[in-house]
Amino acid sequence: MAAALRVAAVGARLSVLASGLRAAVRSLCSQATSVNERIENKRRTALLGGGQRRIDAQHKRGKLTARERISLLLDPGSFVESDMFVEHRCADFGMAADKNKFPGDSVVTGRGRINGRLVYVFSQQIIGWAQWLPLVISALWEAEDFTVFGGSLSGAHAQKICKIMDQAITVGAPVIGLNDSGGARIQEGVESLAGYADIFLRNVTASGVIPQISLIMGPCAGGAVYSPALTDFTFMVKDTSYLFITGPDVVKSVTNEDVTQEELGGAKTHTTMSGVAHRAFENDVDALCNLRDFFNYLPLSSQDPAPVRECHDPSDRLVPELDTIVPLESTKAYNMVDIIHSVVDEREFFEIMPNYAKNIIVGFARMNGRTVGIVGNQPKVASDSISFTPWNYARRQYRPYFAGCLDINSSVKGARFVRFCDAFNIPLITFVDVPGFLPGTAQEYGGIIRHGAKLLYAFAEATVPKVTVITRKAYGGAYDVMSSKHLCGDTNYAWPTAEIAVMGAKGAVEIIFKGHENVEAAQAEYIEKFANPFPAAVRGFVDDIIQPSSTRARICCDLDVLASKKVQRPWRKHANIPL
Amino acid sequence: MAGFWVGTAPLVAAGRRGRWPPQQLMLSAALRTLKHVLYYSRQCLMVSRNLGSVGYDPNEKTFDKILVANRGEIACRVIRTCKKMGIKTVAIHSDVDASSVHVKMADEAVCVGPAPTSKSYLNMDAIMEAIKKTRAQAVHPGYGFLSENKEFARCLAAEDVVFIGPDTHAIQAMGDKIESKLLAKKAEVNTIPGFDGVVKDAEEAVRIAREIGYPVMIKASAGGGGKGMRIAWDDEETRDGFRLSSQEAASSFGDDRLLIEKFIDNPRHIEIQVLGDKHGNALWLNERECSIQRRNQKVVEEAPSIFLDAETRRAMGEQAVALARAVKYSSAGTVEFLVDSKKNFYFLEMNTRLQVRVDSGIQPGSDISIYYDPMISKLITYGSDRTEALKRMADALDNYVIRGVTHNIALLREVIINSRFVKGDISTKFLSDVYPDGFKGHMLTKSEKNQLLAIASSLFVAFQLRAQHFQENSRMPVIKPDIANWELSVKLHDKVHTVVASNNGSVFSVEVDGSKLNVTSTWNLASPLLSVSVDGTQRTVQCLSREAGGNMSIQFLGTVDLTLWPRLECSGTVMAHCSLDLLGSSDAPTSASQYKVNILTRLAAELNKFMLEKVTEDTSSVLRSPMPGVVVAVSVKPGDAVAEGQEICVIEAMKMQNSMTAGKTGTVKSVHCQAGDTVGEGDLLVELE
Repeated sequence: MAAALRVAAVGARLSVLASGLRAAVRSLCSQATSVNERIENKRRTALLGGGQRRIDAQHKRGKLTARERISLLLDPGSFVESDMFVEHRCADFGMAADKNKFPGDSVVTGRGRINGRLVYVFSQQIIGWAQWLPLVISALWEAEDFTVFGGSLSGAHAQKICKIMDQAITVGAPVIGLNDSGGARIQEGVESLAGYADIFLRNVTASGVIPQISLIMGPCAGGAVYSPALTDFTFMVKDTSYLFITGPDVVKSVTNEDVTQEELGGAKTHTTMSGVAHRAFENDVDALCNLRDFFNYLPLSSQDPAPVRECHDPSDRLVPELDTIVPLESTKAYNMVDIIHSVVDEREFFEIMPNYAKNIIVGFARMNGRTVGIVGNQPKVASDSISFTPWNYARRQYRPYFAGCLDINSSVKGARFVRFCDAFNIPLITFVDVPGFLPGTAQEYGGIIRHGAKLLYAFAEATVPKVTVITRKAYGGAYDVMSSKHLCGDTNYAWPTAEIAVMGAKGAVEIIFKGHENVEAAQAEYIEKFANPFPAAVRGFVDDIIQPSSTRARICCDLDVLASKKVQRPWRKHANIPL
Repeated sequence: MAGFWVGTAPLVAAGRRGRWPPQQLMLSAALRTLKHVLYYSRQCLMVSRNLGSVGYDPNEKTFDKILVANRGEIACRVIRTCKKMGIKTVAIHSDVDASSVHVKMADEAVCVGPAPTSKSYLNMDAIMEAIKKTRAQAVHPGYGFLSENKEFARCLAAEDVVFIGPDTHAIQAMGDKIESKLLAKKAEVNTIPGFDGVVKDAEEAVRIAREIGYPVMIKASAGGGGKGMRIAWDDEETRDGFRLSSQEAASSFGDDRLLIEKFIDNPRHIEIQVLGDKHGNALWLNERECSIQRRNQKVVEEAPSIFLDAETRRAMGEQAVALARAVKYSSAGTVEFLVDSKKNFYFLEMNTRLQVRVDSGIQPGSDISIYYDPMISKLITYGSDRTEALKRMADALDNYVIRGVTHNIALLREVIINSRFVKGDISTKFLSDVYPDGFKGHMLTKSEKNQLLAIASSLFVAFQLRAQHFQENSRMPVIKPDIANWELSVKLHDKVHTVVASNNGSVFSVEVDGSKLNVTSTWNLASPLLSVSVDGTQRTVQCLSREAGGNMSIQFLGTVDLTLWPRLECSGTVMAHCSLDLLGSSDAPTSASQYKVNILTRLAAELNKFMLEKVTEDTSSVLRSPMPGVVVAVSVKPGDAVAEGQEICVIEAMKMQNSMTAGKTGTVKSVHCQAGDTVGEGDLLVELE
């Protein structure tokens, strides 16, 4: 609407000018009017996307159009569009015909604001191709190939995205991609593939410079999946979005597997099994509202400190319930999320990957208004990799010895989160209750050494403020990994319930006192010596043993001091994390 | 022998003939997970001082160490008094209670077994062992558990350990319902017609029930507090009731004997407190009305009862005293009566203890176990008249901050503003009469609804505005969107309301469906309690949860203007009392005072119309556990045909047995639990085809 008014205003100004110059510029005047009309026509077509029929079809599937999505994501009236007039340049297969050209091609790009803060956005859409509608729909639902999906990626489409990404990098503001794309546009051949690569390159260049977020809001197949994979966060919309390299029919013909789209690449698959997506939301509206919420945690670029938002929660608030939250029996579970909720501002915690590798918890919260990254072991969950349900009342199969352990998936999940926080100046708070790395052939064959090293690497590499709280177990190598003092933790605390040792009493006694008769006495001695925070505290490996109820106050105070932390690392081209 | 403080303290109070200390307002500290309100705790200490240690002589010879054979707030209170008197304390606990408050308060603690009470707090062998181990000289049983167990008192006597509480004879006489009834009859106290003996089996129960005439009450001989108690209106119910009651009685009291008596329909439940000493003196205090009950557990108590006249009161008091004398009662106790509509009263039972102390046995972080009583806190308010006491109670209930557990505040608040309750037209059937289909929550009037919508909308905008408040030191300036009028669409109970809100400092002008309201508050978005003024009316709301997608859950109860209530003629101090329960059973109302609203901007609401409805699980074919508990029995196996309403399994939680029934007629597909399993809330129990 606003755009149309602007066009009218421009037109009015032009006509005043024209009447002033009278006959001398009569020819120019008539030309201006015709240009004016063409501008208006193009804008109108661009705003309508692929036309009302196309919009209705999108709505019918429970999905919004590219522009509707942008209007919900950004502050009202803040969107400034670019490249509305760009059209594809393909001349083959009748694509040059005017009816196959749409201004803006199949993506809406521009910049805008979320709660007042700058962001660059692109929103792919299925526009035009009205005459191919039946084909598009059959492709959507049968997905035998990813050629004529709407929103398919043309050279022009890619160029538009690259343009805003380039600007986002130079200006220093995040990029949000709303993906709803069918893959390469087959009519364009190699130009389309070049377009992908152009975007991939921008994704990699921008990595660690500006936050990049992808929200998958429709099918996203083939080459299109790699752009989200390169961004910092990938979110999905339940039931309407899919991510896969090849669709179910190709899978059937190649591997003879019967699988549905949802099973192959739906939100549930990627948020619980593959770990490709970081979170899923109910529908388009819910996802976009949550994205606004999430955006508030992020700094605009690696040049900016973690944002500090107005906070009403007193920084010195005591949390009495923490004094009793850790059960006396060291094999009994408790929920680390409860600790996180009660320590952070207003119990607000935006969890990342809440349903994947649940033995580690990662997510964003605020402390005294400042964004922090939280990492915590989850004693309630053993490991996704073990076949039993970790906390099953009815079968009583809970295996306390594995609770909160590190395995391949949790190490990778944690490492990626820690590296994001470090790249964007977000302080890290780590809650430790870890019995060690998960043993077994499955883990060793899967490369737990290589993957576990990633988390170790990420914590060691991080130069942001690091505060660590050991709530209970910190055993073995996993103790070192979890942001220990030795990896340059700035402040490391232990609760009185902390046990920092090479391993639990039972295992240790079996080794130290092998063949010994009085195992119980030996075990008691070991517990007396090691199952407490003193051995670490006397060596200065923890800075203090604190009353759990004072945890919030202590962390808030430390973060204020650590805000000016600076660390210099020796020059290098880039580090070499064990991938 | 009769106790070192229970014996003395009440006699001092007795001098006042039941007049209560002139406190303006008394409240107990409740479960406050978020905020600790100092004012209330101070008041709470006053209560303990007044009732706990008045009349204590510091020079009197006391024990060096006693064992407290109880848990929760009861044990805490005993331990606190002991500390004041310089007596060392030993707490006992089950393994799930290891870190509870009473264990921490005591000087020593001994674990006496696993969670089920029959294996821990009722485990006499383990407790005797603990006494020997810790060399405690005496045992304070608190109330409930072993406090009225004659066997335990005898064991203690054999070991030369002093039992602090009423003597064995009184316990024996009064702790056993059958014996107490016989005694009461002898003392010429009115008793309910019934069968004075133990019922052998279900068939005998039916025969006796027919003799007495329906309806009948089946109750545990050793019982109390509503456990093991059931009403039967026909033969079938008698058989069912007999089975369930004897199971409950066995698990709660370790004694499955049952008795049957005539059920007095529409009765009031009124109790008289009596005090006796060792010289045969006994006197009675004014009554308390405890008619508002759920499953025979008191929910709201009130004193004085507005139903009794002076004559009935005296008659009841005199009979209570006669009974106390008959059993040579030398302590404080409570005699419970049922009073019918014609003011006939019948002796119900005598509790060898004094009730109503005000305290909370939990603190933030405490575990509330499924194994024990659901009561988490009691609340007492006083007023110079009934209206004032009730008004204060309503205010106090609004100020409870409870998170993490389901509770009955909404029900309590609804009861005390119910017109029948306010008029005094109550009976023990009040709750089932007023809420025949269970309590569904407060019904909002139109103006209350508008207020709720206005508050919720203001909160939404306040959150939105705060989301734009960043510390301005960034490279890139924040350009806040300029929105003068927030056009919102608010969904409550499936109805969509149009709201326009504008903000000026702390004042929000809100137009709800065309009517204008002004909402003022401090808008402290971190505070669990938010005091809000809507067009001058003061409201206390709690924002329980908020999601980015627009869902918000708000606790809002709506205060009825108490000045409009009929003023009741009352003399002296009026006390209203209610128990805050944890809700666990299947028929329990959920926290209905929570209103779930969905707030979206107008644009978002318009686009939200295109979102598809998600398919929800068909709940009639799956049976899930409504609460955490233990499976007592499973009566079906895969392949069985079941009819709608047929019992499928029984779950015990909070000491109550809950029969889970089939939601539809069908065939059992799979059974996911077996007797003895511990199940969590929402766990799948049985699937039907």
